[in-house]
Amino acid sequence: MRKSTREKVNYVFVEIGLIIESFFMFLPFILAISMSFMEPTEVFSYPPKFFPSSINFKNYITAIQLVPMGRMLFNSLLVASFTTLGKLITGTLAAYAFSSFQFKGKNILFSTLFVTLFLPAETVMILPLFMLMSNLGWVNTYWALIIPFTASATNTFLFRQHFMTIPRSLEDAAKIDGASAMQYFFKVLVPLSGPIIAGAAIINFVYAWNMYLWPLIVTMQDDMRTVQVGVKMMISGESSNNWGVIMAGTLLVALPTLIIFFLLQDLFVKSLVNSGLKE
Amino acid sequence: MKWGKYTPYLLLAPTLIIIALFIYWPAINSFLMSFYKISPFGNKKIYAGLDNYIKLFENEAYWDALKITIIYIVTTVIIVIILGYLIAQLLDNKVFGVRIYRTLIFVPYVISFTIGGALWTFMLNPVAGHVNYILSRITGESINWLNQVPYALISVIVASVWKMLPFSIIFYLAGLQSISESIIESSLIDGANVWQRMWKIKFPILSPITFYLVIMNITNGMFESFGIIDIMTRGGPLGSTTTLIYKLYQDAFFFQKTSLAAAESVILFIIMSIITFLYFRFGEKRVHYQ
Repeated sequence: MRKSTREKVNYVFVEIGLIIESFFMFLPFILAISMSFMEPTEVFSYPPKFFPSSINFKNYITAIQLVPMGRMLFNSLLVASFTTLGKLITGTLAAYAFSSFQFKGKNILFSTLFVTLFLPAETVMILPLFMLMSNLGWVNTYWALIIPFTASATNTFLFRQHFMTIPRSLEDAAKIDGASAMQYFFKVLVPLSGPIIAGAAIINFVYAWNMYLWPLIVTMQDDMRTVQVGVKMMISGESSNNWGVIMAGTLLVALPTLIIFFLLQDLFVKSLVNSGLKE
Repeated sequence: MKWGKYTPYLLLAPTLIIIALFIYWPAINSFLMSFYKISPFGNKKIYAGLDNYIKLFENEAYWDALKITIIYIVTTVIIVIILGYLIAQLLDNKVFGVRIYRTLIFVPYVISFTIGGALWTFMLNPVAGHVNYILSRITGESINWLNQVPYALISVIVASVWKMLPFSIIFYLAGLQSISESIIESSLIDGANVWQRMWKIKFPILSPITFYLVIMNITNGMFESFGIIDIMTRGGPLGSTTTLIYKLYQDAFFFQKTSLAAAESVILFIIMSIITFLYFRFGEKRVHYQ
């Protein structure tokens, strides 16, 4: 079948639109990458340069030394991994309770959780949460960065929705075989939910890695800071004019989430949409 | 019986304990604190009734922050929704390289608001930045984007739109791809053109997604945008980018106005509750579109 002229025109229009749009969305990254390889004199040359005259990694080395970037990367990795792990454990367990059991107070407990769904805890509660942390003596510790975020309604509902699609007959069969509740959970439910759990893990990790306000206020010592706070420290720090170094540092901070996205794009997007559009 | 009576409670315990301790308890505390006058170190408390709220609403800076928040959120959300919908239409076509475009367009979503802020702070830099260079080549003038009154807020809005746009595109694209072929085909038979199909057929079908996106973008604009503002303008110049969340942060952690900040938390909490209520009251009903 031959395409009509009208379709061809549309095709060209779409193609051009997409090129322009992706150019604008990605331009800041191109400039940042380019800048991260420039010498200070090049950064401030006029007219501004769009490409570095040579590729060297000096700015990256300076960025790592400027703030304790190595330690911050470690902190962020630790915090993001453990919050993710915590959310997956608490979320799957709670979802299992809601999907497979009938018990007294189920509706009330469900609503209790439901209410928290649209409350960004780390921001609305920031002040009382901070006071709680200082009462617990958790300021400047990993506990403060991890524990408050190890449970979430979103994860629970996402897993619950998936668990409910698993045929009831599997549960009956497990019961007849004499499996305990936890055996059924670990040997049937969790293995059957691989992609959902993996997807949630990615989204939770990216979210935790990108957290800013809470780490900013609950940590004061440099060696407890996370990378997002590091970005601010680089910009407001002494070399605040050396944009080559700042862009190098910024890219280092963005790198883990960028790698996850480029490698696991489809799973990432699918899970994001699944967790967003609940029944 | 192995599937004991208490099993569900044990399964729920970790989640409920954490949520009770770190969401409910602080929320209640915040509410209580807002009715007291508290010394900066929290060691003295006097009951003050509604004093904190009255003080807050008599303070012009707080009204300004409210106004700025509304301008910021309304502008950002409208642009993000319209552009997001249009770009999703483009991505819904099978054209050459669409996968690459999709990847590039989605990238700002995975970075933090902080990093987004850093990238734009650089591009808008009056000396080394590229935006001013291009602007001055075209108009002969350059603007001190982050330090001049209307421009600082405009800069923050532009950066936020750039950062938040992919989220809307992702959801619209998923929605567009789930619309059944038969609906589109029948509209073609009826002679609807591209524009009519886009706004009179697809857009109403996707209204639950639009509703969800409006709510999520308001939430993001209210809270997550803290990062972008803190990096780009720190609420300035002259408080022209101080939103409610930024004001809360300043009052709580710079000026140590604990009880006032508690009242601010409660107000944010109430605003969020209203939005959440609206979502479940009007949004949920329209979700069943398939």
